[in-house]
Amino acid sequence: MSMVNTEALVERIVSEVLKQLQQGSEKGRVGAAEVAVTGDGFEFREKGEACPGTDQREVVIGISPAFGKKFKKNIVGIPLRDVLREIIAGIEEEGLRARVVRVRHTADVAFIGHTAAKLSGSGIGIGIQSRGTTVIHHKDLQPLNNLELFPQCPVLTLETYRAIGRNAARYAKGESPDPVPVVNDQMARPKYQAKAAVLHNFETQLVRAGARPVEVEVVLGREGAVA
Amino acid sequence: MKSKRFEVLAQRPVNQDGFVAEWPEVGLIAMGSPNDPRPSIKIEDGKVVEMDGKRREEFDMIEQFIADYAIDVEVAEEAMQLDSVEIARRIVDINVPREEVVRLAQGLTPAKLAEVIGHLNIVEIMMGIQKMRARKRPGNQCHITNLRDNPVLLAADAAEGALRGFDEEETTVGVTRYAPFNALALLVGSQTGRGGVLTQCALEESFELSLGMRGLTTYAETISVYGTEQVFVDGDDTPWSKAFLASAYASRGLKMRFTSGTGSEVQMGYAEGKSMLYLEARCVMIAKGAGVQGLQNGSISCIGVPGAVPSGIRAVAGENLITMMLDLEVASGNDQTFSHSDIRRTARLLPQLLPGTDLIFSGYSGVPNYDNMFAGSNFDIEDMDDYLVLQRDLMVDGGVRPVLEEEVVAVRNKAARALQAVFEELGLPRITDEEVEAATYAHGSKDMPPRNVGEDLKAAAEMMERGITGLDVVKALAKRGFTDVAENVLNMLKQRVAGDYLHTSAVLDRNFRVDSAVNNPNDYRGPGTGYRMSEERWEEIKNIPQALKPEELASEGSGE
Repeated sequence: MSMVNTEALVERIVSEVLKQLQQGSEKGRVGAAEVAVTGDGFEFREKGEACPGTDQREVVIGISPAFGKKFKKNIVGIPLRDVLREIIAGIEEEGLRARVVRVRHTADVAFIGHTAAKLSGSGIGIGIQSRGTTVIHHKDLQPLNNLELFPQCPVLTLETYRAIGRNAARYAKGESPDPVPVVNDQMARPKYQAKAAVLHNFETQLVRAGARPVEVEVVLGREGAVA
Repeated sequence: MKSKRFEVLAQRPVNQDGFVAEWPEVGLIAMGSPNDPRPSIKIEDGKVVEMDGKRREEFDMIEQFIADYAIDVEVAEEAMQLDSVEIARRIVDINVPREEVVRLAQGLTPAKLAEVIGHLNIVEIMMGIQKMRARKRPGNQCHITNLRDNPVLLAADAAEGALRGFDEEETTVGVTRYAPFNALALLVGSQTGRGGVLTQCALEESFELSLGMRGLTTYAETISVYGTEQVFVDGDDTPWSKAFLASAYASRGLKMRFTSGTGSEVQMGYAEGKSMLYLEARCVMIAKGAGVQGLQNGSISCIGVPGAVPSGIRAVAGENLITMMLDLEVASGNDQTFSHSDIRRTARLLPQLLPGTDLIFSGYSGVPNYDNMFAGSNFDIEDMDDYLVLQRDLMVDGGVRPVLEEEVVAVRNKAARALQAVFEELGLPRITDEEVEAATYAHGSKDMPPRNVGEDLKAAAEMMERGITGLDVVKALAKRGFTDVAENVLNMLKQRVAGDYLHTSAVLDRNFRVDSAVNNPNDYRGPGTGYRMSEERWEEIKNIPQALKPEELASEGSGE
């Protein structure tokens, strides 16, 4: 059994190294202290490769490649700073800690959420894209499955994001919370689908195959550093 | 100062829609991307060794599949050396028969197909659809769903949809575990409304197949294919895995078609800079190569993407035409909320409605859009009288017919009672008389009393575990005196053994006779040929109940 695992690990490391060699030096590696500033003193400081957590009282928030970098607002113009603050506040309200990582190898919200969950000490992760689409994930679920999915980003409000944080924390504590109620707006498609496609293509342009997630220090401006 | 004129215009529904400028670098362009390949083909020893500027060694998995299974190497060289304008002209030329265009089209590459469509304006695309549609008679499909997965309401709505003339009915679920009840309710309801209506329940693939194998559904269409490798892989699939699934349906005598549509690849962020129509041509060819009889396309769930760029709705009609050129059945979209503007959503429908397709909508919402679990359709039941008037104004067969309130009420009631009986016979949670009454007169799920959902879900799971099949449904109906409905359900099961409805574009009439591209092929060759409405059908369309009858007015003696 251990032989098999070791072999698999070696194989993975070799394939990662090969991938990075193919992609050239700057793609697979974490750049030196990449900082995205959004004004209001709100900053994302990328601090190097994200490690799996051991703290069972943490929820990891995975942000997409362009989140806060290319985009400062979600699809309906809510500042991503506020979105993130509400999710974090929801988690903290339940007495848990939030950790933020940037996922770089995919822009798919399911895989972002699953990646975050796998890094999370509690096994619970939240995935969020720049446009605002969000998922609550568990490390043991299939990537295309989820605990709760919020596919219609235009209808999500700051209250919803706070509730998403809260529910994620409750799952992390082993509870079975009622799913966050979602509104269904059938006219969201004609209004926002094309815009979502545009945002998503900016997102996928920043995807780097094989790049590992990085730890992000989020400075929420006047309210100080939280993660 | 702000212009009052522009203030008024800004408030118009069309300005609630999203529009974007083209962005060819990522494939946000309907047709003719500068990154689309130039058409080319090279064949050696009966094998495609070069296609659209790529050598065989460079093919991605989609190109390999298309080259090996979709292109007819016997005609490829002949067809590919024709100028694209010449092929486009043959599509609209009434002196060139449909079969000749089909023969040539099977030798074309994806880039060539897209280029040919590029030479057609929207009216010419419609002329092409009129001639190239596989089955002679156009038809229609509806969605029957509701927010609460209420089975009694599903049965009543399915019966009404069948009475209104839909050839096929599609349902899906709000809660997955309700699926066996949804399929059952749709089966019983549809066969109460009119024998021979085909039904499906769109679900996760293996669950959907197992419902079909039990005879609780009679066809499937939500088997999606994509035009770039990355998007296919993201969905955990390959053209081969989809072809395998298709053969699983065929082996059990179940009709099926694939689904694809313009805009899905750019929506997923991996269009590789190619135009939506070029990528869709690849999808149509995957369907052809997999050997399925038809395809649901016309952008489908991505309609907001082509809908937002220039010439996008023309491209959507173009993709329907490509499907027909490859001799496949087409269920031609119009099945998702498309626009805030009534003008715009009607215009989006015309390229399929006017020339007629196998299934003009895939589908038309047979329930109010608030109950539509496919996220709404371009037209819903509240638009039905408008739609019936469009048929009458333009003398066009849109696949539905006017009905009287009394007959609708009667058939809804019968379907609800039939399902009540089946539930009781099969030991499923009780359907009360109050529910039957509510479903009879309901407009939507808001008019229904709540059911015990927990109990329903438990029983639905048990229904699968107990191995209930279509035959148990037949027995239950017969035992409780619904002999005609029982016979209809039994006849649907017989189709599965006979397999005649596996032919291209096959639907069933009320006598369970197959109407398909094989026994009723489209023979359009200009005025006086092809599908012409029968006297009987025209009478039906003409006679909308709200039309004033001059003789009645005269007998009343006055205007009021």
